Amino acid sequence: MSLFDHKVAELHELLHKKEISATDLVDASYKRIAEVDDKVKAFLTLDEEHARQVAKEIDGKLGRDEQKGQLFGMPIGVKDNLVTKGLRTTCASQILDNFDPIYDATVVSKLKEAETIKIGKLNMDEFAMGSSNENSSYRATRNPWNIETVPGGSSGGSAAAVAAGEVLFSLGSDTGGSIRQPASFCGVVGLKPTYGRVSRFGLVAFASSLDQVGPITRTVEDNAYLLQAISGVDPMDSTSANVSVPNFAEGLTGDVKGLKIAVPKEYLGEGVQEDVKQSVLASLKVLEKLGATWEEVSLPHSKYALAAYYLLSSSEASANLARFDGVRYGYRTENPENLIDLYKKSRSEGFGDEVKRRIMLGTFALSSGYYDAYYKKAQKVRTLIKQDFENVFEKYDVIIGPTTPTPAFKIGEKTKDPLTMYANDILTIPVNLAGVPGISVPCGFSEGLPLGLQIIGKHFDESTVYRVAHAFEQATDFHKQKPEL
Amino acid sequence: MSRITIDEVKHVANLARLAITEEEAEQFQHQLDAIISFAEELNELDTDHVEPTSHVLDMNNVLREDEATKGLPQEEVLKNAPDSQDGYIKVPSIMD
Repeated sequence: MSLFDHKVAELHELLHKKEISATDLVDASYKRIAEVDDKVKAFLTLDEEHARQVAKEIDGKLGRDEQKGQLFGMPIGVKDNLVTKGLRTTCASQILDNFDPIYDATVVSKLKEAETIKIGKLNMDEFAMGSSNENSSYRATRNPWNIETVPGGSSGGSAAAVAAGEVLFSLGSDTGGSIRQPASFCGVVGLKPTYGRVSRFGLVAFASSLDQVGPITRTVEDNAYLLQAISGVDPMDSTSANVSVPNFAEGLTGDVKGLKIAVPKEYLGEGVQEDVKQSVLASLKVLEKLGATWEEVSLPHSKYALAAYYLLSSSEASANLARFDGVRYGYRTENPENLIDLYKKSRSEGFGDEVKRRIMLGTFALSSGYYDAYYKKAQKVRTLIKQDFENVFEKYDVIIGPTTPTPAFKIGEKTKDPLTMYANDILTIPVNLAGVPGISVPCGFSEGLPLGLQIIGKHFDESTVYRVAHAFEQATDFHKQKPEL
Repeated sequence: MSRITIDEVKHVANLARLAITEEEAEQFQHQLDAIISFAEELNELDTDHVEPTSHVLDMNNVLREDEATKGLPQEEVLKNAPDSQDGYIKVPSIMD
């Protein structure tokens, strides 16, 4: 049994009693990485020397009578689009291949305050643009359940590392499903918090009105502890919300009696694989047995979410990625003719195909003559999608459906046609457009590959999302199954 | 008929400060055409009386006290610059 088969609370207890040390946890992490990461390819950069030093300092505090935080001494992996001072941060892009950040993202500082131990940086689709990790400019991370399949994306490294037992938990980011979709594909728990719950300072921006940082863990309880540590308003991010942060773990009562669940018919419709539908219906039965009720509802504008999302996210990306110009940091072309040539060549040589495609789409949608027809139209459709959710939440506590229409697909299967790849995120994207929180929890298997149940809540009501996810998890044993590597 | 011409693709690439080859321009034309025609399904919706959403939270003009805080040290900031001289970031000439 691996140490990471224990929950955070159990490890905390073992550390407290000095039955294990933080060094043991760090050893377990690097040992597992040495064993399996050649296959899984989850990590881009390791921080071993520093991690061992931190573990030693933490071990020096063990046994002292002071109160220690829940995450004290726990090893964590961080997605490579969160800047880490002195530790290379690439966004899996050649344009940042040599980038050495000079400050920490707020979530990274918070993890440091919580005395977690950073193990390394995790692979992703370049600038978080992708659903399979195949857009990493370094290598494609593999799904630990079947290394011929993708781990999902863009936080594919973050989900695969947790599923493979290389770290206890990790941080990802989610713009259109980038935490929930890989969590679903890899059989782990991933939450996209409410927009504004977690600071985006130091998260390399993709689409600023959609991006959120969130936790990927093996259990719902661990997820709640990690969200607790990273939540809260931040003076460095004016879009972080000044709302109180409840004690998430305290709300995990297992009680869902009287809970009202809405199941959008659009989430069990065309394009959703039959066994995925069946696993969701079986999951609803589990929740019914626990005293919840469910009814079918409609989110009538769901089918427009994908198109609106690609216009909005690409538009925002085209503006955000203008900063990569070869001047202040990152890759610069050799022997440019003049400044404009320096910009153009540095960007063309530094960015990969999908990133260029989205910059082109976004620049087009924002350009003179097309702005109203594409960008503004998409913003209006976003309003309709947001209203769909508000209407349902007037009568229901949570919305439930699948996280993805299919389980993990084969490597190379969807790389030829961008639209086929985009369609994978059809069930996660509306949640980002509405800004509400959503979680994926393991809910079954399809031919040996994990499936995820998506539970969506009201703005800033992660507590209810966690309570339902936890009650479901405790009544099932999908989360206890581990891939063989 | 493509929704976007080769000349428009090249114009957009210039706006985006991307150098593209003829071959890439053609590829982008096909791919952008497919994505844009897919996006045109939004026109099925009547949005004349719908307000656009740029941001989901009801926040406007988030202000803070105007207090001076310490900035980053110059040598740190220049650490990642591809080229620098005398405390400045160096680029090729901007005027002929």
